[in-house]
Parts: sequence; C-alpha cells; structure tokens
Amino acid sequence: MHIKTHSSMLGRALVPSGRHRFPGHFLVALVTVTLFLFFCPAPTLLAQESPYIVTYDHYLEEPGSLEIEYFSTFGTQRNGNDFDAFWTEFEYGATAWWTSELYVAGQTTFNDSTIFTGTRWENRFRLLQREHVVNPVVYIEFENTNAADKILKEVEGHDVESDYAVPNGILRKEHDHELEMKLLLSSTFKSWNVALNPIVTKNLLPSEPWEFAYAIGASRPLALKASPNRCNFCRENFIAGVEMYGGLGDTQSAGLHDTSHYLAPVAAWNLPSDWTFRLSSGFGLNDNSHRLLLRWGLSREFAGFGELIGQLFGARP
Amino acid sequence: MKHNFAFFRSFNRLRIATVGTIVLAFGMFAISQAPAQNQNDSLDKNKKSPYAAMAEAPEKAREKTNPLVGDSDAVAAGGKLFEQHCAECHGQKAGGTRHGVSLLRDEVQQATPGTLFWILTNGVVRRGMPVWSKLPEPERWQIVTFLQSLTRPSLTRQSLSGPSLMPKPASSQSETSEPRQPSEARDIPKVAAPQ
Repeated sequence: MHIKTHSSMLGRALVPSGRHRFPGHFLVALVTVTLFLFFCPAPTLLAQESPYIVTYDHYLEEPGSLEIEYFSTFGTQRNGNDFDAFWTEFEYGATAWWTSELYVAGQTTFNDSTIFTGTRWENRFRLLQREHVVNPVVYIEFENTNAADKILKEVEGHDVESDYAVPNGILRKEHDHELEMKLLLSSTFKSWNVALNPIVTKNLLPSEPWEFAYAIGASRPLALKASPNRCNFCRENFIAGVEMYGGLGDTQSAGLHDTSHYLAPVAAWNLPSDWTFRLSSGFGLNDNSHRLLLRWGLSREFAGFGELIGQLFGARP
Repeated sequence: MKHNFAFFRSFNRLRIATVGTIVLAFGMFAISQAPAQNQNDSLDKNKKSPYAAMAEAPEKAREKTNPLVGDSDAVAAGGKLFEQHCAECHGQKAGGTRHGVSLLRDEVQQATPGTLFWILTNGVVRRGMPVWSKLPEPERWQIVTFLQSLTRPSLTRQSLSGPSLMPKPASSQSETSEPRQPSEARDIPKVAAPQ
C-alpha cells in the first residue's frame, strides 16, 4: 500500500501544478542517469569520506572525480506524520580548490504524500594553498526548494519541529529561493578532525531576515595504520564521530529561543570496492527539536569523470 | 502563501538559469583541464619544474624521519594505499600521467622522507594535487615508505624482512639510493583479495 502511495505521488510530483513546474522528463532522465552511474563499471577511487552528514570539513572532492551520493533522513514528528526525506548529490571536483555539487531532493510524509521538493547548487572554495592549523573553506549555495523540504541538511534560524507538521499539500505551494553561505573551519590534528561551520542564510525576498545557524563535528578513524591486505572489515575502513547542529535565530530575533538543536553520533564505512556507507542518529536536544533524525547515505566515487567528459568535447585522452 | 518574485520574473529566470548553468559547466571543465595542460606546457618548455613544490618544504619538515622504517608491513600497506588514492593520477606504476608527475624521477626518489610526507600532507593545490592530511599520519608514512621502495630494492628487502633488521644508517642508504630508470621500476605489489 505504501508503495502505491509512493508511486502515485511521484507521478504527481512529475507534473506538479502551479507556476513552478518541474519538467517530468528531466526528473526521469536524472533518475536514469543516477542509477546507471551508480551501478556501471567505471574507474573508481577509494574515497576516504568523512562520516559527517551535516557538518563539512575542509576536504574537497579530488579534481576530475564525480561522487554520487544518496541520503535519507527519517524523522519523527509530534502532532503530525513521521517523514522520510531523501536527496541525491552529484559532487564534482572542478579543481583541487573548487568543488561543485548539485542536490535533487524529495520527501515522503507518511499518511500524506511523496513529493519533489527542489534543487540546490553548492560550491566550495578552498582559500589557502596549504594545510594550516585551521583551514578555511568558503561555501556558497543557492536553494530552489519548496517549504515541504525536510532533508534538514541545515537547521537554521527559528526552524522548529512544528514547522514540519503542516500537510504537504499546503507546504509545497510555498517556494523558497535562498542563498546560503558557510565558513567551513576545519582542523586535523593527531588524526582527529574537528570542524566548525558558522552558517548564514538569506531568503531572496527582501522582507525576509538573515538567518543564522551552526554545525560542529569531530571524528577519527578507528585505526590509523592501513593493513597490508585489502579488507572490508578492517578498522581502518571505519571513521566514527559526533556532530551537533542547530539554529541561532535571525536578524529580527537573534538568540536561542524558539530554535532547535541536535546531537548526532555519526559513522562512515569506506569499502575497498569504492562505496561509502554513512549512518547517523540525531537526537533532539530541546522541545522544539524532532525526537529522532535517523540518517543514512550511500555514495560512490568515479575517478576521471572530468577527463571522460573532456574527451567528448575533443580533449586529448 | 503568495510571494512577490518581481526580480526573477523581470529577467526570465529559467532562461538565465539554463544559459548560466551551461556557461558554468563549460567553465568548470575548462578549469579542471587546465592544470594538466599547464603541467605539460611546463615540461615541454622547460619552465618551472612541476617538482618545484618539493623545494618549498620547510627545513623542519624535511628533517623528519620515517617512523615506519623497518616495519615489515609498511611497503605492502603503502602500496595498497597508493593504488587506492594515488595511482589514478600518478599511474599504476607511479610513472606519471597527464594529471600527475612521475614519482620515479630523481626529484622524488632522492627527496627526504620528510619532504615526501610534507607534500602528501599539504598537496600542491595550484597544480591540482589535493591535500591528503585526511589520511592519518601513519598511513601517509606508509605511502612514503612505499614510494621510496620503488627504486630502492634494498630498502624493500629490508622492510619486507621484518623488524629484526635495523634501519641502515643514512650513509649506507645513500649508497643504494641511486634511482633506477622508470622502466626498471617494479610493479606495485598486488594486494590480496578482500577477506
């Protein structure tokens, strides 16, 4: 029954009503390409991915590599229906100092509907050439989403749990165009990574205030030396950590009142077969927060993607 | 809720977004191809060496000693890490590709372990090599150990024969540190299948 609801609502998402139509054939093509790339044999590169799902460290995608990631967030909802938000990321390393990423997101609210919720385009720029005690990276993202977006990739301003209890039919009518900026400060010392991300978001409507948020994370591999043999379950393949994120109000009402905050143990499993699996269980820290945000993600990295595309346009192999 | 998107309406948002995306995509690929092109140009025209970044390693970093000398597993583990993280750009036999320099050249093989470790840690971002400090320090030293074993058979034997053999003194190592020609370099040791 649930599958039926999912597919019928996906059909509705393909041909949405209203001014902000999203071409159905484009979404179908996107899903097809994603599945093809996910499972096709290709030159691959073992990713040493961090376990963070919300926090960013200063490491960018390797130049010319494309990483395709699928993430899911299951959230509990008081006074409403639980939901599962999902998104796909296409992350490309343009250079060693610039990574660009496209997000396509949707969500299923149980006993309600499944809808497409929008796209995001993110860019990260490394500011310093070398490693320093603290390494800054500038993050700029443009979001074209509707209010039904529940991926909770950032918890900003006065975002609270009750915002997500409204039915999808109402939320999807509200469209947001936001600019999000982060300063990614990250340090790796004695194999520990510590990252701090101050976040500023501006809805492009002049009347909307600037919103503030934060994300903090710390992580470490379970083993520091590689074993001589390829192995799936070696401790070196696992990275564990914790992250904390939440809102800090906005320019009209700064502070911690009416904000939500989460603490989430995180773990990543980097498989020698070039897949990475991430798991995170976020626990709400106050009454404004969802009780539980259970997240998981699966990603695969394709080395030499840029060169392949370059050859299509006549570059030398 | 009704919003006023006057700014976007006035500029035909969809058309601008489409054109902008195409332009940015082309720009991104052009820039991503640039480092390799520059590198080839540098080699062809004998301009600034692509190995010049090694000379930028601070004295303190150069003098660092490899803590894994004599570790019986370091070469094999380093070979595995090289295959996973480095071979894509530097080639399966470390001989270099258009995206990464040869690691069999004298500039690399005669560099101190500390210099190689510093390059791994800091990358050469302007030439397209990312920083690898996300690998734990011992893993970076394993890669350094592997790299230095490529043209130093004695070091390889020493490393593979276990900790019972003490590391050679610097003077002794320098006698065997003459790099061989790239064609003579041995292949990366194949690692066992996953357990």
